Amino acid sequence: MKPANGKPGTSMENKTGNWRSERPEVDQSKCIKCGQCQLNCPDGCIFVTEKGAEPNYDYCKGCGICANVCPVKCIKMVPEEK
Amino acid sequence: MKKTIEGSIAVAEVARDCGPDVVACFPITPSTHIAETLDKMYTNGEIKSYTAVESEFSAISMLVGASAAGARAFTTTDSQGLALMHEVLFAAAGMRLPMVIVNANRSLSAPLSIWNDHQDSVSERDSGWIQLYCKNNQEAVDTVPQAFKISEDTNIPVMVCFDGFYLTHLVEQIDIPEKEVIGKYLPKRKAEYKLDPENPITMGMYALPTHYQGFRIDLHQDVLKAAENVKKEMEAWGDVSGRKYGNGLWEEYHAEDAEYLFIGMGSVMENAELAVEKMRKEGKKVGLVRIRCYRPFPSEVVEAIKGKKGALVFEKAVSMGADAPLYAEISSAMKEKGADVPLSSYVGGLGGKDITVGHIEQMFGEIEGGPVKKVWDGETGAPKIKKSLGAGEENGGA
Amino acid sequence: MVKPELENKELFKSGHTACAGCGVAVGLRHIMRALGKDTIVVNATGCTEIFTSAYPKSAWAVPYIHCVFENSAPVAAGISEALRAMGNDHTKVVVISGDGASYDIGFGHMSGMFERGHDVLYICYDNEAYMNTGVQRSGATPWKAHTTTSQVGKQIRGKMQFKKPLTEIVAAHNVPYVATSTSAHYADLQQKVQKAKEIKGPSFLNVLMTCVPGWGTTPSLSMQYLKDAVDTHVWPLMEIENGFSKLSMKPEKKPVEAYLKGQKRFRHLTEEDIAEIQEMIDERWDHWVWKEKVDQERKAGLEASE
Repeated sequence: MKPANGKPGTSMENKTGNWRSERPEVDQSKCIKCGQCQLNCPDGCIFVTEKGAEPNYDYCKGCGICANVCPVKCIKMVPEEK
Repeated sequence: MKKTIEGSIAVAEVARDCGPDVVACFPITPSTHIAETLDKMYTNGEIKSYTAVESEFSAISMLVGASAAGARAFTTTDSQGLALMHEVLFAAAGMRLPMVIVNANRSLSAPLSIWNDHQDSVSERDSGWIQLYCKNNQEAVDTVPQAFKISEDTNIPVMVCFDGFYLTHLVEQIDIPEKEVIGKYLPKRKAEYKLDPENPITMGMYALPTHYQGFRIDLHQDVLKAAENVKKEMEAWGDVSGRKYGNGLWEEYHAEDAEYLFIGMGSVMENAELAVEKMRKEGKKVGLVRIRCYRPFPSEVVEAIKGKKGALVFEKAVSMGADAPLYAEISSAMKEKGADVPLSSYVGGLGGKDITVGHIEQMFGEIEGGPVKKVWDGETGAPKIKKSLGAGEENGGA
Repeated sequence: MVKPELENKELFKSGHTACAGCGVAVGLRHIMRALGKDTIVVNATGCTEIFTSAYPKSAWAVPYIHCVFENSAPVAAGISEALRAMGNDHTKVVVISGDGASYDIGFGHMSGMFERGHDVLYICYDNEAYMNTGVQRSGATPWKAHTTTSQVGKQIRGKMQFKKPLTEIVAAHNVPYVATSTSAHYADLQQKVQKAKEIKGPSFLNVLMTCVPGWGTTPSLSMQYLKDAVDTHVWPLMEIENGFSKLSMKPEKKPVEAYLKGQKRFRHLTEEDIAEIQEMIDERWDHWVWKEKVDQERKAGLEASE
């Protein structure tokens, strides 16, 4: 007997970072740690750390919302070179 | 305890004593009295929950939620109500959620008819539900506790089918098991998996082609295996109640030494018992095989048919544009198991057309001349009801 | 190896397969943060179901169930009844279903759930069309919008009908707490989810969320369009508590063009169309301002007489 049930949070195994054609790059010297990027990220993959905003590229799909909502424009979207 | 009681009320009483956590129903003739009785029980604090939903679709959907949360869940319906549930019936079985429906068998539209046949539940034969057909109200009462036990042991939903009006509205003497007896037989449900914030799981996922077929075939295999549970629970309940109905999968009546067999399901088989008794007295070697468990289909029933001079399958359902469903399945099982018995197919009793003892005698007579495939029109030999009684077919009788 | 500070510790996890820039995924994160662990999520068939629950991987860290398209409300009602019957008086049952499920196919069942008053929070994520099947019109699709079943041709130009006023319809069921929000107004959304969660009985949130392929918008602008929807008064943020309505924000009105421009579903609109839409939005906004005034005065009067 096996129903199609899943274990919690196992989507983390999907590294959606390989969907990306652009990556967010953060100029942490300008970052004011407001948390807008972290709040508005659809993929929960950019975090405000001690150093400032820091993306987790394992999951980042490169949508650019973080760069758009950043009030001090310290995040730039740059093309992925592959 | 023996009571003179309407079939529906008796079924509601035994459903109550099975201790359901969640009951959700939508009224539909002829199952309505069961729903009304359960609602009354709720207002008196005899059951924990009763929801009068806005459709049968919501009733079965509430059962899905309740069962997924680990509860014991029950509803009753028939006909259009069961058809409206169709989509969720498949999902409930596929999600491996135990629950019980009592289906008061009724015909399907169109034309609209509130009277009995088996088209409603037979049309859901491929849904993954276990289906048990009862011949009388005593059996319906005895089957409900077994249904919960089988369902919760196998994580497969169970449908208990008993004939609308012929049984639901029949007042007769029924032995209703004591609540304590049911309580001992049917322990509290222990869900193997459930929606629990302490141990979160994701239920009802979608499956890509790599996984989908595996789950569906797994369900199919488990429904087949559930035949063992049906047999086991018939034994166990038999020990508790003193009543058994064959081996749980099918029941034989004077079948062993019979030359001709009448095969069927439901309440018509009690009439057939009377016909057999009568014909036996006249020296005719006839017998019955009643399919009780239609899903999983007990193909071993062929062993009871082997060696006969002839057999007929009588059924109250049609597979439009093909052989009648029960006939086709018995025929296929016979071929597979090398039983070379001339097999006849009778479709009849649709939309409440009476099948009398006399009709059954006639059918037995007809197959002596070789296999027959026909629709029984239900007129020939029917005892004429006096118009003065006001209960003729023309009057509807509703 | 990912640094621990870059790990998603939320109840809605990364690795889901929503489109880049999905407005729904942003909203789900806010909603789950506000709901917390003691929650059971019921989801209708739709985008969210597909991008969060492909066997065997799940983006949910709370119990989650999906059954079919139109039955999330009664499934939730069943769970709620089961919890009550089994003595659990703390776990919150929350429906998260799209506009297809809520405005259309599951509308009757949702209405039944509200009428009976089950203890369920129903959240409709409204992205204004059937996005999962490739952008077909729903009852939530706005007037004139292009979808694959409200196309722009020589004689007909986009959807010919108006958006169904679902928020008001739900409020008319005497649901004690009804509110609107968007994915981009996280403080507003979280506060409303928390408020709704505390209601013992039914509550309803209608939350506007962007769909990048469905609206034909740039992924990076997903939050901007939602802010514009509120700032142009296209999607007023409000609460209807025990029948009394109150606007949550009264932003100074931007012209509707600010919201419509850049959305491919609206690119065929003429100047006349836009003027007409503006007129309708102004009328609706005036209505809500008036209604708030009447409702709040009445509320104050009732409170004073108590």
